[in-house]
Amino acid sequence: MLPSDLKSDDFRAYPPEARKLAVDSLSALRRLPLSFLPNLLRELIEYHDKFPAERAALEKELANLASLSDSQVSDLFGDFSRITLSPKLERTDWVNSPAQFVEQLSAALWTTHQLDAFRAAATKYADHLSSAITAEMPPIPRLGITVIGQGVTSSDVPLFRKLRPYGTYFSHVKPENGLRLLLDAVATRAKAHPVPYGHWYVDGGELADHDSAVTTISYNALTPIREALLNRMHSETERPGMGPEALRSIMAQLQPADLGMSRGDDRILQRFQVKLLTEGSGTQVFSTSFAQWTAREALRRAQPLTLLVRFAPRQRQKPMNELLSANPNQPELDVAGSLMDADMGAYYNWLNQQRLSGAENSRFLVWFEGHNSALAIGPSIPRRTESDSEADLAKLLSWLL
Amino acid sequence: MTQPRLNPNQIGFRPSSNRREFLRNAGLTLGSTLLCTPVARAANIPPKKKLVVVTFGGGARDQETFAPEGQENIPNMMRDLLPRATFFTQVVNRGILGHYVATASLATGVYETINNFAALPPENPTVFEYYRKDLKRPSSDAWVVAPSNGFNRIGESNHRSYGPGFGARVVLPKYLLKAAMSEGGADYQHLLRDNYENPYYTPELGNKEFELQQLEMVLKLSATDFRTHAKTLSSPDELSLYIVRQLIRQVAPSFLWITMHDIDVAHAGAYSLYIDGIRRTDRLCGELWKLLESEPEYSGKTTLVILPDFGRDADEDAGGNGFQHHRTGDAAARTTWLMAMGPGIREGVVYDRAVESLDLVPTLGAMLGFSPSLAHGKPISELV
Repeated sequence: MLPSDLKSDDFRAYPPEARKLAVDSLSALRRLPLSFLPNLLRELIEYHDKFPAERAALEKELANLASLSDSQVSDLFGDFSRITLSPKLERTDWVNSPAQFVEQLSAALWTTHQLDAFRAAATKYADHLSSAITAEMPPIPRLGITVIGQGVTSSDVPLFRKLRPYGTYFSHVKPENGLRLLLDAVATRAKAHPVPYGHWYVDGGELADHDSAVTTISYNALTPIREALLNRMHSETERPGMGPEALRSIMAQLQPADLGMSRGDDRILQRFQVKLLTEGSGTQVFSTSFAQWTAREALRRAQPLTLLVRFAPRQRQKPMNELLSANPNQPELDVAGSLMDADMGAYYNWLNQQRLSGAENSRFLVWFEGHNSALAIGPSIPRRTESDSEADLAKLLSWLL
Repeated sequence: MTQPRLNPNQIGFRPSSNRREFLRNAGLTLGSTLLCTPVARAANIPPKKKLVVVTFGGGARDQETFAPEGQENIPNMMRDLLPRATFFTQVVNRGILGHYVATASLATGVYETINNFAALPPENPTVFEYYRKDLKRPSSDAWVVAPSNGFNRIGESNHRSYGPGFGARVVLPKYLLKAAMSEGGADYQHLLRDNYENPYYTPELGNKEFELQQLEMVLKLSATDFRTHAKTLSSPDELSLYIVRQLIRQVAPSFLWITMHDIDVAHAGAYSLYIDGIRRTDRLCGELWKLLESEPEYSGKTTLVILPDFGRDADEDAGGNGFQHHRTGDAAARTTWLMAMGPGIREGVVYDRAVESLDLVPTLGAMLGFSPSLAHGKPISELV
């Protein structure tokens, strides 16, 4: 089936909200090429599990598609239309299984050397969207805070090297009560601007005390879910004929209840957590990977006004000689390696924040937990600068905000 | 096959492809094609050549290797190899960015499209087949040492004009280890993993008797000695170098292809482990060169070529997650470097012009005197 053949009834298996949105947009969807449409349907079919910011973006995108003239559609999607798909791919049930279609499409694009053409077409479309749809500006400047180096007593590794060109490095930060001050600042913003999923605290270890107005996720709190997932992966891989692509498809279909999450809790957040573990690589075993990926996905999807990410030490990767020993030691922590992971993670957190609306006015702070080093980025903060001013983290935030 | 995430809405700005900053302050000469003529090289070609190709494996970006900010991670190559090498700053891989299929493409000179995760032979003749058939070399003269997943078929294509009987012999060190470890614990199974994109997938290959025979008959190693030594090594790539050392001393093949893979641990998302992998691979490349220089069969007559199979996604590409994967197909993932050193190759010269990863096989053919007639690409004139 091709998009031009779509009928309202084809969406009967969609959840109600997604079905209504699809049916309301049917005439727009019919005009889109098959190499593009399932990417959109993959988002649409999960409408009920999406954060408010994602829903709003999807609705605007569909409205924009409906507003285009036929010639505009031809111009905008011409490159997508020229991508050749196999008859086998065209015959797949891309309406009801768009994610699986996209997986197969990706493989086909690589195999047929059409990936670069697809990238070019996608970039053109993304450019169009960003110019056609006015991004909603945040009611207050976004604030990203990243706390790295938990458990590190001393380190001579130069930190924040990738971020220094964009802000001021503070070398005489008073570390006392630092995390508390930061969490209080997050809570203050959450209470003053109570936006659903607007203020987040992600911890790579154990959550510290926090205000209930803040959306939280922690590596430690998800331990039972991670273990359930790892057990599931182990059992699946033991089945005959199981390969990585089949395993990926199985993981993508897991629901919160499949991993022991209780019904009745925040379904959107639960679904988000499951995706962190089933789509993220390394998030099941390394807390630093978990914290970075969670921050990336929270920024991309929920577009929070405030995001505090605290990295914690991850387990040490065992070298081969230890794996070969008959009695391997219990997992140890790699504190130094985790600091390096988190330092890069802080850079990625800032990059991902800068992809959101209001980037030119956003603020970012990274602090080496328990130590005197921090770096701040914001409109009023000089770039490529070092400061030896003594200040606690509340004072730093006041300068930044 | 590597599954890229291709949400059009996520594709953002692209990385700069400006490579003028490459190897800044390295004290090298900027080369040009005109400076390197065939006449200048001819007098230096030794009578008995050896060739060693190393894929600086598992996907490594410029910014963590030869770009100025990455050079701290590769002190051995910067200090010991680069001054002896001709270096290309732009090697473009336009094929599928999965490790097995990309390595197979490097070995055939054609962008292969085989399933990255299946143990399938390349569809086009490999460089080993051209080498052995054209030069009438015995099977003992071309060897591949590679990580386990799928690479067991990389030595020989299923092409009807070449294929069975003309390929390289393949050693899979981790499978040797599996055979030698009669009492493995649960954790030991992790050693067989080399597809870091999926931590639990390991195809079952070969049989224990064959692996043990390889150990004892070819490498002159008892299972006990091998097992004992393996317990002193920290990674699969270290194990590979150990096997290479045995191969060089016991078999002395003229053509040796080594695929490193530790770096691909980057898929786990821990930047420090990725950097550890690069530093280890750099150290192993340094050790390999010293080994080649110290062995009479190889010293002074070996050409060493080192190149990554491909890069990894750029930090700035919103469609990826930086160093973690190689899914976007962006410039950072497709563009890497190549260094070549040995008799007749100019030392300390850098070329900034783009070459393609498919050019490797025709270049090796021109170096050794065989004709890779079905390979795409063309010989790199500065090396032949």
